[in-house]
Amino acid sequence: MAEAVKTVKVTIDNITVDVPVGTTILQAARMIGGDVVPPAMCYYSKLQGSGGKCRTCLVEVSKGSEADPRPMPKLVASCRTGVMDGMEVKNMTSPKVEDARNGVVEFLLLNHPLDCPVCDQAGECHLQDLGYQHGKQGTRYEFKRRTFEKHDLGPYIQLHMTRCILCYRCVFTADQLTDKRSHGILSRGDHAEIATYIEKSLDNNFIGNVIDVCPVGALTDKTFRFKNRVWFTKPVNAHRECKCCSGKVTLWQRGEEVLRVTARKDQWGEVEEWICNECRFEKKKTTDWTIEGPTHVSRHSVISQGHYENTIKPKETFTAVHGGRNPQLLMDIHSVSEVNDPSIDLSQINGPATSDVYNHSTKQA
Amino acid sequence: MATKLLLAKAHVEGIRHFEVYRREGGYAAVEKALKMEPAAIVEEVKKSGLRGRGGAGFPAGMKWSFLAKPEGVPRYLVCNADESEPGTFKDRYLMEFLPHLLIEGLVVSSFALGSNRTYIYIRGEYAWIVGILEQAIAEAKQNGFLGKNILGSGFDCEIYVQRGAGAYICGEETALIESLEGKRGNPRIKPPFPAIKGLWDCPTVVNNVETLAAVVPIMNMGGEEYAKIGVGRSTGTKLISACGNINKPGVYEIDMTISVEEFIYSDEYCGGIANGKKLKACIPGGSSVPILPANLLLTTAKGEPRLMNYESLADGGFATGSMLGSGGFIVLDEDQCIVKNTLTLARFYRHESCGQCSPCREGTGWMEKILGKIESGKGAISDIDLLWDIQRKIEGNTICPLGDAAAWPVAAAIRHFRDEFEWHVNNPELCQTQNFGLAHYADPIHVPA
Amino acid sequence: MVKFSEDKLKEVQSMIDRYPEGKQKSALIPLLHLAQEEFGGWLSAETMDYVGSLLGIEPIEVYEVATFYSMYNLQPVGKHVFEVCHTGPCMLKGSDDIIGYIKSTLGIKVGETTADGMFTLKTVECLGACGYAPMMQMGIDYREHLTETKVDEIIAACRNKQ
Repeated sequence: MAEAVKTVKVTIDNITVDVPVGTTILQAARMIGGDVVPPAMCYYSKLQGSGGKCRTCLVEVSKGSEADPRPMPKLVASCRTGVMDGMEVKNMTSPKVEDARNGVVEFLLLNHPLDCPVCDQAGECHLQDLGYQHGKQGTRYEFKRRTFEKHDLGPYIQLHMTRCILCYRCVFTADQLTDKRSHGILSRGDHAEIATYIEKSLDNNFIGNVIDVCPVGALTDKTFRFKNRVWFTKPVNAHRECKCCSGKVTLWQRGEEVLRVTARKDQWGEVEEWICNECRFEKKKTTDWTIEGPTHVSRHSVISQGHYENTIKPKETFTAVHGGRNPQLLMDIHSVSEVNDPSIDLSQINGPATSDVYNHSTKQA
Repeated sequence: MATKLLLAKAHVEGIRHFEVYRREGGYAAVEKALKMEPAAIVEEVKKSGLRGRGGAGFPAGMKWSFLAKPEGVPRYLVCNADESEPGTFKDRYLMEFLPHLLIEGLVVSSFALGSNRTYIYIRGEYAWIVGILEQAIAEAKQNGFLGKNILGSGFDCEIYVQRGAGAYICGEETALIESLEGKRGNPRIKPPFPAIKGLWDCPTVVNNVETLAAVVPIMNMGGEEYAKIGVGRSTGTKLISACGNINKPGVYEIDMTISVEEFIYSDEYCGGIANGKKLKACIPGGSSVPILPANLLLTTAKGEPRLMNYESLADGGFATGSMLGSGGFIVLDEDQCIVKNTLTLARFYRHESCGQCSPCREGTGWMEKILGKIESGKGAISDIDLLWDIQRKIEGNTICPLGDAAAWPVAAAIRHFRDEFEWHVNNPELCQTQNFGLAHYADPIHVPA
Repeated sequence: MVKFSEDKLKEVQSMIDRYPEGKQKSALIPLLHLAQEEFGGWLSAETMDYVGSLLGIEPIEVYEVATFYSMYNLQPVGKHVFEVCHTGPCMLKGSDDIIGYIKSTLGIKVGETTADGMFTLKTVECLGACGYAPMMQMGIDYREHLTETKVDEIIAACRNKQ
């Protein structure tokens, strides 16, 4: 360590870590990584003042600190609670946390339209992930779900208020990245909404970042709307010389076509460097960009399907793995179906297989 | 006759005006306090055992002693007059009839805390009281008890009245501060607490109207003497606003030694249940505290008479007890429907949720809808269990206490009146025309004639 | 054109002066009250933009606040607004009957304004007059211990004032 940084010890789910003074429980958990990291829907490390609202990151503090070992009486929002020396925290090891988090997930989904089949965020939606992880299969809510009047935010940003979980991230983004905020939270309680009050397009050069910070499909890229499912597109890192921003982006491609441009995101789904509207919305040709290579995609993500990063052909053949024993085929598929015609080399097909490609190849074959 | 420290002079004619208030001994506390060290005043308040009268009951002296005092940073005192808890209207009474008592308490407290700019944040609906307070402020200023160099002490203090605009949540101290800064009343995430970072990020103390008014008798009689009134940790006197189905609704000052039974049935206070009806239930501390059926209200689970103070009303925890809360005392007679009453409260909390955090934003509306379903005879037994589960998942998991305030009335209603909820489910048509009436355990106690 | 008179502008300045320098945004809530009183009993987008300009804040900051608090009318209202409380303590004392009576007397539903623009009926949550229930707010005044007769008198008085 170059300079003496004061550190404190904190134990999360029985794993102890030394962290700088002033670290929050959530940040400390992220330093440990893995399953002890509480999910966060509203907190965003790059947005000052964010966090504390969604309550998904609630954890149990079973020991306050070495100096005051009393447990905290209530679950606390790990994103906004600083660690103390000797603090002990339970996340996945606490039944109380699991119970409360199940409740929070149910509350977040209560009025959510569950329109994932037509939502552009599907596949990279944090609420979807959270739902899979903690949610139940059915809902106990039997009333009409909340709806809102539709508002047009201009040519770039599509607002679906019914999907919004009121994380306030887009408000912080506009406050902290642009010189003038023209959207905000209007009304209160269960009919609070993101809106501009008077119809107005959001046109600041950095406002496009609200799309990247939105954890759900409330704010999506209008230029990408209904173009494709994200898991069919291939993310590659690219950059260009840009006068306004870093120009470091991820291109979401289908074949040679650039369908969408986003900022690069880290393992917590947070933007690494903000990008400008020009890079995001106007540069949709591969020739606009210098391609660096495939973007790393977590293997747990649905986007990793059909995504070949660092592909290495296995050295061992199936026979070698099985100790020289050849697998016995119970049924040879080719004898009963023409679909998987062995004469078609799937690896020769460019991009994910579609019926067009298939029909074309079969005709050739 | 009970001790009266706050309301003793409430009926003196013209007490709203400085000359009369002064003639009756007013502003003696300011004269005394300005000759003391600020820290000594804080000590007196600590000794008095005065607990916050807004609802939470946190020791006021302790709250004052937490106030950070960084060099060169202003400190603020904010008076919380956003009285909005259903059943509570005591601060309104105090401000309307004894505005100078509050101003006097504010001057003493501002001096003790070092606040040169003190704000009274009053709920927007109490619009006519703003004029009364501003008149009192102007009079105090003319007479040298407020403004520059008060009584030649070198201490400057201005008091401003700020009107809210209709939001229960602004009674929560950090939401109040946000509102005072001209923003939406969204409670802040704590820590930091206002004592460190409050109004405009400066150290701030927020106290209820009654709490700050009580500083006047504490100054006049000394903290130790004040602490002798009452019992245990319930020292001094408390204003109770009584309403509902009683003969004499109104604001009463009690010392906290009288029994609940005396309070309801004595002619000095509520004067019994109206129209010769029987007592069914009561919410003793403002709508958010647990409702109690008559038997548990009048006696504790141990069979002891329940007293009107912090400890006794809470005796038995939430299983068999309640809370003194803000002192909003709501009485329900035998004709009242617990389901309907709970529904109106659920609607209130849904309406007042700021919408910041998900359990409160989504949960309060869900509870209201289910209660509406049961109330209209369309409910199922499973709905009662669902309600219980929802309130359980809201309680303790929200940013501010509004979540708890919304959860507790529902929990207590089911806890003590589950049979009435089930009756609604099982008698969908009958429940539209008839009330359940007294629960079998209600009013087992002899009602004084 | 929405604009305060010179006198009112002085009042605005005295409101702003209640706060330390640079904290003029604190005057927003009182200022919106004043604007609502001055400009027809409700806050149009134009009025709100004007208030924002007086305080040097963005229009959205005004909209966010105006839509949060229940006392601001964002739509035009009648000359007299009846805001009847229907929370627990008032309900116990028969507020539902009072609301029903006003509805049938004026021939409007909750949230509506009479055709002649005289009366608007709203229901509100607890106004802190529980001991004097049932009650309603009319402008800055409270009308308490309401009965059907009293409601009739209030309506007649409003009509006579015209």
